[in-house]
Amino acid sequence: MIPRPKPERFRLRRTMMFMNAQKPGLIKDAYIYGVDSIMLDLEDAVAENQKDAARFSLYHALKTIDYGDTEVIVRINGLDTPHWQEDIRVCVAGGADGIRIAKCESAQDVLTVEKAVEEAEKEFGVEVGRTLLMAALESPKGILNAYEICAASPRMFGVAISGGDFRKCMQTKPTASGIDMVTARGMMLIAARAAGIQCFDTVFTDLDDMEGFINETKQNKEMGFDGKSLINPKQIRPVHEIFAPTEKEVMQAELMVRAFREAAAQGIGVFTVNGKMVDVAFIPGAERTLRLAKACGMYEGDLV
Amino acid sequence: MIIEKSAVAGTLESSDAQVTVEPAENGIELEISSSVMNQYGRQIKATVLETLDRLDVKNGRVTVVDKGALDCTLKARVECAVFRSCGQSDKNLPWGGAVK
Amino acid sequence: MKNAVGRDIPEFLLKDGREVYQGKNYMDGKYLQKAAPRTRRYEKPQESKIVDSIVDALKQVGAKSGMTFSFHHHLRNGDFVVNMVMQAAIEEMGLDNITIAATSLGEAHDPVAQYIEDGKVVGIQTSGIRGKIGEVVSAGKLKTPAIIRSHGGRPRAIEAGEVHIDIAVVAAPTSDCVGNCRGIGGKSNCGSLGYAMTDAKYADHVIVVTDCLVDFPNMPASVEAIDVDAVVVVDSIGNPKKIASAAARISQNPRDLMMAENVAKVIASTPYFKEGFSFQTGVGGPSLAANLFLEKYMDERGIKMGWAIGGICGPMVEMLKKGKVGKVIDVQDFDLDAVNSINQTPGHYEMSASQYANPANKGAFVNKLDFVVLAALEIDTGFNVNVLTGSDGVLRGAPGGHPDTAAGSKCCIIVTPLVRGRMATVCKNVVTVTTPGDCVDVLVTDYGIAVNPLRPDLIKCLDDAGLPHVTIESLQEKAYSLVGTPDDLEWEDKVVAVLEARDGTILDVVRKIKPLKL
Repeated sequence: MIPRPKPERFRLRRTMMFMNAQKPGLIKDAYIYGVDSIMLDLEDAVAENQKDAARFSLYHALKTIDYGDTEVIVRINGLDTPHWQEDIRVCVAGGADGIRIAKCESAQDVLTVEKAVEEAEKEFGVEVGRTLLMAALESPKGILNAYEICAASPRMFGVAISGGDFRKCMQTKPTASGIDMVTARGMMLIAARAAGIQCFDTVFTDLDDMEGFINETKQNKEMGFDGKSLINPKQIRPVHEIFAPTEKEVMQAELMVRAFREAAAQGIGVFTVNGKMVDVAFIPGAERTLRLAKACGMYEGDLV
Repeated sequence: MIIEKSAVAGTLESSDAQVTVEPAENGIELEISSSVMNQYGRQIKATVLETLDRLDVKNGRVTVVDKGALDCTLKARVECAVFRSCGQSDKNLPWGGAVK
Repeated sequence: MKNAVGRDIPEFLLKDGREVYQGKNYMDGKYLQKAAPRTRRYEKPQESKIVDSIVDALKQVGAKSGMTFSFHHHLRNGDFVVNMVMQAAIEEMGLDNITIAATSLGEAHDPVAQYIEDGKVVGIQTSGIRGKIGEVVSAGKLKTPAIIRSHGGRPRAIEAGEVHIDIAVVAAPTSDCVGNCRGIGGKSNCGSLGYAMTDAKYADHVIVVTDCLVDFPNMPASVEAIDVDAVVVVDSIGNPKKIASAAARISQNPRDLMMAENVAKVIASTPYFKEGFSFQTGVGGPSLAANLFLEKYMDERGIKMGWAIGGICGPMVEMLKKGKVGKVIDVQDFDLDAVNSINQTPGHYEMSASQYANPANKGAFVNKLDFVVLAALEIDTGFNVNVLTGSDGVLRGAPGGHPDTAAGSKCCIIVTPLVRGRMATVCKNVVTVTTPGDCVDVLVTDYGIAVNPLRPDLIKCLDDAGLPHVTIESLQEKAYSLVGTPDDLEWEDKVVAVLEARDGTILDVVRKIKPLKL
């Protein structure tokens, strides 16, 4: 088995690419495109009568493929199906970094999954707490319960909206402006930030409309999303470019972190950078900018 | 495990393999055809036999139509076909045990 | 005897002065005695050379058993002419002991496989060998080993008299009544007729087969009436849909695009990437897509391409029309955009195979080439490339202009995915060496770039540009870790094909494959 490091709850997740768990030929090198996370799908990509076969494929794909630094998440079937318990067992046994709970509507849903995950961790001798969770909100009820979902478990690293099902519930269609989902996106973002977890936007399904995709991604960044779910490798680069910090932001962040560390070493709490007063509250943001810059190849220093 | 009834797993798509298992009495009868026979035929045979051995399948007719599947896919298809033949492919699978 | 790429060449092939491959430019400076054809005088003025049928034409030029027939492959997989002529010669005239010397053969020529099995066709000389012909030759059914040459090696061999063409058959989209041929203006257009030109000049007899007779004179003629004995008009010389695709489209496959962008980055990192540089690329996914990214770098630097050569398709014609490239010199056309442009768009010219790639003339176009971007079926850790045999050992490819452009260019870039299905493209030993490693400079894969250690100057270029690269061994190891280490193929002693280096030495042989029985 390829040893995988313990998953990090808060890591860079600008891009999460869906892939059919049944296709090891494609999964084997998904990382070459530089995606941050891949999302192996047991749910919609797999026909109802192939759920069993997909788990065998997934298990070996998890055990044998070298994913490098790419995070490996599995989307399991909904809690209203007969599949999710075995899905969880195979994910944990195979050592997936995290599980995406489809159609999550309440904190109880998270707790139900968490309990099954913990049981599986014990069954398969996996460190309890290793397997991370994220929730997909696909209904109005899920959005209204977003905060309790986000705060339901220390395993939760993020929350995502799933546009297809949500729009069906709301009787809307995708719009260029994003007005159809702006409220839901906003509510989910506020809930995620309040709970201190990450927040991801839905997929953009029209692969030929790169302009629409780019506009939506720009809006995602402006709204404060951490990243976006993708369906094709060609969508990766635009997201990384849009989410990249500006050179000025990187320079400013570097100055701040450096000044803070020097000041801290001398026991000083408040200091100035370029004449502006800065305190410790600015530092996590600056460090995040530097990490992002490093991932984008814009920063080569050793502060992060 | 005992092959109780015929079962199939996998497809004939490129990079996949279709594995059929059928009940039989005198040991393993294995038939392999592959688009990469000359270079990987021996490895395919070894992988299939190892997987059957791990599942403790002693008897059965096993037909593999390989379209250039990776080893991990071959294993998954053999395992799925065998578990399907016993009606046990849906739950409580021995991940990391007989399946590994 | 082992040659310079480590291949064991059987002694029985090394007679009449034939040598094993010694490395690139080995023949430089040597003299060549050109072989002249023996041609019939048509002193008495003829109103027309049109005859009723292919059989009549064959009879007129004295077709006999044991002769060598040549064909060009401009009609690609749409060609009807090879099969028509072979049927006339073998089934209607009862000839046998025939050698087919074609510039390439493909699936369109599957019926020829039966003539090989029947022992009627006993020799094959070609660049490309695919489909059923590849299968029967691989199975050892051809009486003599097939001879595989590059597009430049073929005119060299013809001029040197190593191939003597008794009858050259020129499939012509248009011809006049005396045999002036062009590749355009008819109903089965193919554009350039570059591969037919040397054949027509060096064959004893030339028969033109056309499905569109035009008024005399059909000018400017690619094959000239002065070399033509007879003209046959048939219903159709080929399937236009398979001759030239509607338009070669640039791949949208993200893997191809990623590799193509890296190809462009490699090119832009070298000193050859400057105003007036020259370029050739293939029509495969990542090769063609390299055009797109190259244009971006050209715009950024404010430079233009001086000229491009090779098999030509729409995207290159588009660059010519936009003024991004000065001239396009064309030996073959791959799509209708290119077919409709040759000799029409200012700056778009036709050339012969010899002018394109022959190593033994006084300087072919490939010798002036800065960059060539090529594909590969396999490439090994010695940078040797195989574009002829599948990993299963069966003939199904074509050296084409690959070895010629690789040898002539200043920077030869191979672009290929690391694995295809379960096949490792980057491997320890290619099945057949078609392009020697000393002609290959850079390998671009989806898993990284490797530079031939023979080119420290290029390594420095990439380093200076901050373009990461790895050893080719590490790419090969990665490939094997993904798909498993392949078993070595097993061969019988029988040689089924001889692979000639472009200079006429022997680069490799293909033996009869021993299929694995479990």
